[in-house]
Amino acid sequence: MEPKTVNLTIDNIPVAVPEGTTVLEAARSAGIKIPTLCFLKDVNEIGACRICVVEVKGARSLMASCVYPVAEGMEVFTNTPKVRHSRQLTLELILSNHRMDCLTCSRNAHCELRQLASDLGIDAVRYANDQLPPQMETTALHLIRDNSKCILCRRCTAMCRKIQQAGVIGPNDRGFATHIGCAFDRDLAEVDCVSCGQCIVACPTGALAEQDHTDMVMEALHDPTKHVVVGPAPSVRATLGECFGMPVGTNVEGKMVTALKRLGFDKVFDVDTAADFTIMEEGTEFIHRLQGDGPLPLITSCSPGWIRYCEQHAPQFLPNLSSCKSPQQMFGALVKSYYAEQAGVDPKDIYVVSIMPCTAKKYEVQREEQRMANGCMPVDVSLTTRELARMITQAGMMFDHLPDGEFDPMLGVSTGAATIFGASGGVMEAALRTVAEVLTGQELKSLDFTDVRGMEGVKEASYDIAGRTVKVCAASGLTNVKKVLDGLADGSLHYDFIEFMACPGGCVNGGGQPLHSSDTRSFTDLAGLRAKALYTQDAGQTYRKSHDNPVVKKVYAEYLGEPGSHKAHELLHCTYKEQKRYRTDD
Amino acid sequence: MPNVKTSVPYRGTPEQEARLREIIALHKGQPGSTMPVLQAAQDIFGYLPEEVQIMIAEGLDIPLSEVYGVVSFYTQFSLNPKGRYQISVCLGTACYVKGAGTILEAVQKKLGIGPGGITPDGKFSLDACRCIGACGLAPVMMINEDVYGRLTPDQIPGILDSYQ
Repeated sequence: MEPKTVNLTIDNIPVAVPEGTTVLEAARSAGIKIPTLCFLKDVNEIGACRICVVEVKGARSLMASCVYPVAEGMEVFTNTPKVRHSRQLTLELILSNHRMDCLTCSRNAHCELRQLASDLGIDAVRYANDQLPPQMETTALHLIRDNSKCILCRRCTAMCRKIQQAGVIGPNDRGFATHIGCAFDRDLAEVDCVSCGQCIVACPTGALAEQDHTDMVMEALHDPTKHVVVGPAPSVRATLGECFGMPVGTNVEGKMVTALKRLGFDKVFDVDTAADFTIMEEGTEFIHRLQGDGPLPLITSCSPGWIRYCEQHAPQFLPNLSSCKSPQQMFGALVKSYYAEQAGVDPKDIYVVSIMPCTAKKYEVQREEQRMANGCMPVDVSLTTRELARMITQAGMMFDHLPDGEFDPMLGVSTGAATIFGASGGVMEAALRTVAEVLTGQELKSLDFTDVRGMEGVKEASYDIAGRTVKVCAASGLTNVKKVLDGLADGSLHYDFIEFMACPGGCVNGGGQPLHSSDTRSFTDLAGLRAKALYTQDAGQTYRKSHDNPVVKKVYAEYLGEPGSHKAHELLHCTYKEQKRYRTDD
Repeated sequence: MPNVKTSVPYRGTPEQEARLREIIALHKGQPGSTMPVLQAAQDIFGYLPEEVQIMIAEGLDIPLSEVYGVVSFYTQFSLNPKGRYQISVCLGTACYVKGAGTILEAVQKKLGIGPGGITPDGKFSLDACRCIGACGLAPVMMINEDVYGRLTPDQIPGILDSYQ
């Protein structure tokens, strides 16, 4: 049934919207942008900050438009002196308890609070602001928190609890003492945080930021004894342009490659190439499991946030995990073995940098089970998309003026299958392309497995492959992941192959991706537009199946042997163990 | 950082834990179950140390941070047990203007604990409380049922020493 249409006026403009629409959204349809601060659509809708208040004729007090539903005949006013004064006063009070070191803050020009102060015309704060001291929490490998810049909007905690199921942070204590923290105010490194970084992209201020590792990379680039190799993840090419003002969904692969070369990396390879190896290994593993060797469903292991969640919250599913290392780790492992040998460089002199959409990758690079037989860690530093943008800006490059460059070919040729790794369902689709052709021995008529595309949280499909029905599922966002896990545990769901991504929508929406205001995040399909850029690239690519990649063929023929070989296992696989979820002092 | 919120180690008995599990089973899956379970748990154990909050979080399948958030919000919940002698220093308006802050400070200095804390031997626990209705005697402190009025900081060590 179509929802009923409701007629109302906003600032005397007649508006007709479906029943259940909020005043905030109804106003947008009339071209009126009501300022917000704590609001983040579908994540945090609690009407707490009172910045979005409006006058409603007949109402006793000002109303929070983000949670106030429209009603027939309602008269709303968004720009009266009373409204303006209330918003300004609220913001001044918030600012009175905010450490304002805006010029040197990690958010600087991207801060929603600073923007709001400008939009609302705040030119002075009348209340005492005794420059609060910083309250730094730096124990986690992936993020830093400074509660002196926290405005208690709860966008981070809503993201952590509602969308990501981790729930490791929340408001502690009461009144003026209220602050965001972990249970018992333990350090973030001590609790079951999955490092996804979704709290960072949800935060409107500089209270949360990634651990910045650009200095380490700069130092390596200027160290003549180091051979510095870089590789960007599939999704980064679809998002990096946003940091330079390009429209969401612009593919900047060529400019990104040129920028990396100009930054001085000795080799610019592509993690997409490693993603093709992941498909060869994981596809082989899936075929073995279909033939009875190992438990089904096979569950992907590319997302380090999901891995951590599995280890701590769902250890009974550890045997289902693919033993494949993630593409990032396969990339580093191949650089410090195959490439080192080809180039005649000692692996210990190679410094591998990855560019990732992800903050959990910073945690993954330091995990001990990733260590190679030659003693090296595969990747030395993992940077987020945002950190790469910072390096490019600091280097004085006019990004939109850069010519297109090409990856160094030794580990820089990839396929459409690898490109779509960056979107939820992409790993699944890439694997199906290879598994179907290997099992049937015939070329697929269509390479598009569209049922597993799109931004829904849980997608499922069945395919007939070589006379067998293969049931697959792709879920993203840990709350959706948990739903599927619960269904597997109680026997209501049955799949053969599952792709889990910790972040909603997959890597295109990762915790290391470019920041946007809540207005953009609430009313633009960021993940969908970014994913579209990847699917468009895939459709036009020379090679669209991982097993067609000439580099993949060459490396297996000359170095690794068959997919799943002893050597491939030694370099490209690992196992994960159950980890304690809670830490007590005894 | 280690947990510095609770100074008394957890010493729950299997009987106490069984009672808590029963209470959790009774409330699991019902909306608004956190408060009654926490209240019952505090009755059972006398306080809500980390181990008890973990049992509740796992039992109700809610994040530990949510349990702790509720516990640290409401003054009715305590992260530490009460001592044999429960000290309450009134910080109501009348007592406050008559220098209750210096009384509280003197107690803290003598015992080495802050409000909400307990001495490691379990003898004294300290809380700051709101008006107890004895404003004429301000500043006022209670130790269990004993009321001490018109206090000065120098009286505090002697008063505390009288409790054995």
